Amino acid sequence: MKLVNKIITGVAGMAMLASGALAEDLTIVHGSVGRDQEVLRRQLDTFEAETGNTVTIVSMPESTSDQFGQYRLWLAAQSSDIDVYRMDVIWAPQMASHFIDLNPLVADIIGDFVPAAVESQTVDGKLVALPLFLGAPALYYRADLLEKYGESVPTTWQEMTDTAQLIMDGEHAAGNTGMYGFVFQGAAYEGLTCNAQEWINSSGGGRIVELDGSIEINNPNAAAALTLAASWVGGISPEGVLNYKEEDARGVFQSGNSVFMRNWNYAYALAAGEDSPVRDLFAVTTLPSGGEGTSSAATLGGWNLGVSRYSEHQEAAVELVRFLTNYENQKERAIVTSRPPTLTAVYDDVEVAEQQAFIPLWKPVVDNALPRPSAATLRSYNEVSSAFWTAVHNTMSGQGTAEENLAQLEQELTRLRGARW
Amino acid sequence: MKANNISRLTRIRTRSAWAFLAPMLVVLLVVAGWPLGRTIYFSFTDASLDLISDARWVGVRNYLEYVDFGDGEGRYYGLLADARWWRSVGNTIWFSLVSVSIETVLGLIVALVLNQQFRGRGLVRAAVLIPWAIPTIVSAKMWAWMLHDQFGILNDMLMRVGLISDPVAWTASPDTAMIAVMIVDIWKTTPFMALLILAGLQMVPGDLYEAAKLDGVSATRVFRKITLPLIMPAMLVAVVFRSLDALRIFDIVYVLTPNTDATRTMSVFARENLFDFDKFAYGSAASTLMFLVIALITIVFILASRMDLEGKNS
Repeated sequence: MKLVNKIITGVAGMAMLASGALAEDLTIVHGSVGRDQEVLRRQLDTFEAETGNTVTIVSMPESTSDQFGQYRLWLAAQSSDIDVYRMDVIWAPQMASHFIDLNPLVADIIGDFVPAAVESQTVDGKLVALPLFLGAPALYYRADLLEKYGESVPTTWQEMTDTAQLIMDGEHAAGNTGMYGFVFQGAAYEGLTCNAQEWINSSGGGRIVELDGSIEINNPNAAAALTLAASWVGGISPEGVLNYKEEDARGVFQSGNSVFMRNWNYAYALAAGEDSPVRDLFAVTTLPSGGEGTSSAATLGGWNLGVSRYSEHQEAAVELVRFLTNYENQKERAIVTSRPPTLTAVYDDVEVAEQQAFIPLWKPVVDNALPRPSAATLRSYNEVSSAFWTAVHNTMSGQGTAEENLAQLEQELTRLRGARW
Repeated sequence: MKANNISRLTRIRTRSAWAFLAPMLVVLLVVAGWPLGRTIYFSFTDASLDLISDARWVGVRNYLEYVDFGDGEGRYYGLLADARWWRSVGNTIWFSLVSVSIETVLGLIVALVLNQQFRGRGLVRAAVLIPWAIPTIVSAKMWAWMLHDQFGILNDMLMRVGLISDPVAWTASPDTAMIAVMIVDIWKTTPFMALLILAGLQMVPGDLYEAAKLDGVSATRVFRKITLPLIMPAMLVAVVFRSLDALRIFDIVYVLTPNTDATRTMSVFARENLFDFDKFAYGSAASTLMFLVIALITIVFILASRMDLEGKNS
C-alpha cells in the first residue's frame, strides 16, 4: 500500500516537473482572534497572485488549549492535510519533532528577527517555527473616567483595585449599573496561566517553575497576589470573569462597561476601530506591579509559523512562511491588527509609528516579556499549566484559600516533575 | 422420528441465523471491538501520542502504583488514587442522575400531551424534536451565548422579570456551572425521551381506557393503574439509552466549561490526558475504567429494574 502510494506520488511529481506546473495547493491552520483572519486572507491573496499557488485557511477555535489538542491529533496521525501551522509561543518544545528545521532555509533573514522570539522557537538548535508576531499584554484603561474622578494611572495592583472600586461605585451611584472595574482572562485555560503568572511574578512571587526547573511557587508573595485577585471576582470584576477568554473581556471593555482590562495587543486595533464606542476614550499602559521593589511583568505571547514534516509541499510551504513574515506583511499586520512585529526594523518604521503609536512604545515591553515555563518543563508543560490554572481558578472561585491551593499546587508540580522534568 | 426432524429444522434455522448475524458481528468487531481492545491494551503500556508505536508494557502502573520514596514513606499513584479522576466520576454520575430523572419526568409529560387528539398535533410533534435534531456542539455554543453573564439573553430576561437583581455567571461560578450543563442537556434530550415514551403510549390499547371510563375511574387512577404499568417497559428502555448516553457526556461540558473541576466528566478527563497532557496511556486507562463504570451501572440498573430484555413476558 505504502509502496503504491510512493510510486503514485513519484510519478505525479515527475509529471508535474515535466509539465512545468509548479502550482501547489497549500493549507494553513490558525486560531483567529479579532481581525487575524481578514488580514491573513488578504495577504494570502497576494501570495497566490505572485506564486500561482493556492492557499486554504483552516480556522480553529479561539482557545489555544483547544487548538493544541487538535494539532497534536493531526501531527500524531502524521497527516499531510495541513502544511503550515500557526503555533503558540509555548508549543515548540512539545511539538518540535513534527516540524522541519527551518534554520538552513531562513539563514539569510533570521538575523533581522527579534532574538528573544527566535530563541523561544529554537529547541536543541532546531528552529521549529518562524515568529509571525509577538504578544505582550497591556493594561487598557478608560482615560476619560480616570480624568472624571481625578485618578492617576495605577502602577500597582492595589492602586488599580482601589481606583476601579472608586470609579465603579461612582458610576453605579450615577445610575450606570452595568459598569465594572476590571476584566481579564479568568476562564480555566492557558489564558489564565498567562494572567496569573503576571500577578504573581510582578508581586515578587517568582515563576510557576523557575528557569532551573525548581519549584518555589508556594510562597507568601504569590499567595498575596492570588488573594488580591480572588477579591476582584464579584467585586470589581463580574463573577462571569471566571469563564472569560480574550474576546469576552474585550466585549465588556469595548462596549464601555469596564474601567480596566488586561488584554493582548490585538484588542487595541479593535477598541480603537471605527465602530468602537470607546475609541477615543481609552489608553494603554504597562501592567501594574506589586509595589515597591517589584516590577511589571508581561507574559511573552505570540504566534509562529511552522512547516509540518508530513507536508507534501514543504518547499512551497517554506516560501509561504517567509512571505507572511516579510517586512511588508508584518508592517500591515502591525498597523491593522496592532500585533507587535517580530522584525526589529518594523518597530522603527515611521508609518507604523504614525498609524499605530502603540507598537514602537511596546518594544521594551516585548523585549522584557516573561516566558512561561515551557522550556523548563518540556513535555509536561500542558499539565503544569493546567495544574497552575486550576489552583488559581479554585482560589478565585472560593474553593480553598490561596495558601491551600498553592500548597497543593506545589505537591502536584513536584509529583509531575518526578526525578527531573 | 418427528422430534429428530424438528431438531434438524432448528439446527438449520440456527445456522442461517448465525449466517445473517455474521456480517454485523464482523463489523462490530472491527469498529467497536478492535478500538476497545486497543484502548485496553494501551492502558497497560507507557504509550504517548507521539511515540505510539514504541509503547512498552508496564502492567497496572497507570491504574495503581505504590511509589516508595526510600525514606520509609511512600504514596499511591495511578488512576485509582487520583482524586481528580474520582471527582470526574462523581460529577458524571451526579449529572446523569439529575438530568436523566428530570428528562424522564418532562418527557413523560410531553408524551402524554402529544398523545392527546388536538388540532395541529403533527406539527407540534415535529416541532418538539427540533432541539434533538440540532447538533450538540451547535446547541451548546448557542446556549453558551444565551448563558453569557453580560451579553446573555437568559440573564436579561430574568432581570427584566425581576427574578434576579444582578446577572448570574452561569457557566463561571462553580455553584451554577453544573446546573448550566444540565439545563442544556435537559433542553436537548427531553424530546428524545418524549418520543420513546410516546411510542410506548401508543401501544396501550384504547379499549382499556374506554372500560375505565365506563367504570368511572378517576384520571389519576387511570394513569397510575393502567398507563404507567403498561408504558413502564418502554420507559425503562428509554432510561437505559439515556443513561448510557449521559454517562459519556462530553460535548456540552467541553463547549460550556471545559477545564473546571466542578464539571469535569469522565470523558473530558480522558480526552485531557489523551491529547492535551501527552499521557496517552493514562487517558486510555481512564477510558477503560469509564467503560467498566458505565457497564457496571447499566448492569446494576437492568437487574434492579428487572428489565425484560429477552422478551419473555410479551
